[in-house]
Amino acid sequence: MGILNIVENVAFNLIKQAVIYLPEDVKQALRKAYAEETSEAGKTQLKAILDNIDLAEKYQAPICQDTGTIIFYIKAGAKAKDLDKIEEALMKATKRATVEVPIRPNAVNPFTQKNSGDNTGRLIPWINWEIVSGEDIEMTVLPKGGGAENVCVMGMLVPGEGIMGVKKFVVDAVMKAGAKPCPPNILGVGIGGGSDIAMKIAKKALLRPLNAPNPDPEIAKLEKEILEAVNMTGIGPMGLGGKTTVLSVNIDYAHRHPASYPAAVAFNCWASRRATARINADETVEYLTHKVE
Amino acid sequence: MTVYKFKTPMSEEEIRKLKVNDVLYVSGTMFTARDQAHKRALEYFKQGKTLPLNLEGLTVFHCGPIVKKKDDRWTIVAAGPTTSTRMEIFEDEFIKNFKVRVIIGKGGMGKRTTEAMAKYGAIYGAFTGGAAILAARAIKSVKSVEWLDLGMPEAMWILEVEEFGPLTVAIDSHGNNLFMEVQKNVEENKKIIYQKLGLSP
Repeated sequence: MGILNIVENVAFNLIKQAVIYLPEDVKQALRKAYAEETSEAGKTQLKAILDNIDLAEKYQAPICQDTGTIIFYIKAGAKAKDLDKIEEALMKATKRATVEVPIRPNAVNPFTQKNSGDNTGRLIPWINWEIVSGEDIEMTVLPKGGGAENVCVMGMLVPGEGIMGVKKFVVDAVMKAGAKPCPPNILGVGIGGGSDIAMKIAKKALLRPLNAPNPDPEIAKLEKEILEAVNMTGIGPMGLGGKTTVLSVNIDYAHRHPASYPAAVAFNCWASRRATARINADETVEYLTHKVE
Repeated sequence: MTVYKFKTPMSEEEIRKLKVNDVLYVSGTMFTARDQAHKRALEYFKQGKTLPLNLEGLTVFHCGPIVKKKDDRWTIVAAGPTTSTRMEIFEDEFIKNFKVRVIIGKGGMGKRTTEAMAKYGAIYGAFTGGAAILAARAIKSVKSVEWLDLGMPEAMWILEVEEFGPLTVAIDSHGNNLFMEVQKNVEENKKIIYQKLGLSP
């Protein structure tokens, strides 16, 4: 089998795995939230979420009908072959997944409002490229739901306020979002870089497992502090009240311009879907987030 | 908290029994409508055109389902609720013109809808966002699909459902709105959170 067929098959499998099975760390966080939730309405919502996760696995159907905009993160080994053809293979995989999984057609032309019907269109699926050394290709898919996407925010904060400004920006974003992003949420927070860079960093931070704090202990402390703060809002599961509003705060940063302090918050819903695999140079494939039968 | 089981078409009298925090299961005819279907239905009404279906006493579901066609028959694969606030600009007119009784979605709705529900007798049932398979299991069949030109998510899917729920009554027909109550608590908690983080209000 040629490398392109392999890329297509792996991308198809990743989409399928991602939309049907939540990563183990997300399931664990939801179970813990259910055990600890004290609000009756909140507990009912978490119970429905956990039941739904089991049913999706049992019936091999997508956890949520909004299977998102398909976003890929590709770490391409500089010496890997046929890198120029990967985009085409990812397009094919996305179209195939639309029919065969199936996933919902979610690519709409913003001018004509026509749905392409196959999850592809201009610049969609979106592909984030990173060139690394070696010959392997690591692929991650992030099916990004619309409800949580609609409350993502980016702000140019006041440099003089520093991290205090970031804390306020994040808690304000959560309080403003309320029930809309299907809480309990995962927050990716991107600081610095520039307006676009902050959001890119924030979104990529959603890929970090929930049980893996930032390796920098100071940032890990900030993640914990913001997590505790946003869970004091009382928004709760699905915004019906309770103490679990956010499951994890994942922060990352870039250096900033002296005059600018960009910050971005990327929201993900409780159905925080992602799947990763590596295609080795010898064409063997390792699935890194999901077990494959 | 009381658990109710209703069947369509529902009367205003039945709906007025429900209070926020009650749990409701609905059976009978339900149809999906998102932004585009709401917009078109209201345009039809304005132009005096007949809708494909009489909506009186029925259940509206804010949902863009995944549907599969097998041997010429549609089956629902996944059908969780979508964010209802997007329909806030349409819903009061929709309730007034079509006399729908139960609106199902996630995230709640605002003042205009709450007022229309009190005036005309309708309620908002919150269904767990993302719980698409729980929902799909209660959908027994697809009766028909209208306005498929709007795309699969935006089309009007007419469904036969059995004990669809649990729905938390989050807006009742007496002016109560659970989401607005939570929002009020959040505003109050804001001060404590700012204090904890050392922020000035």
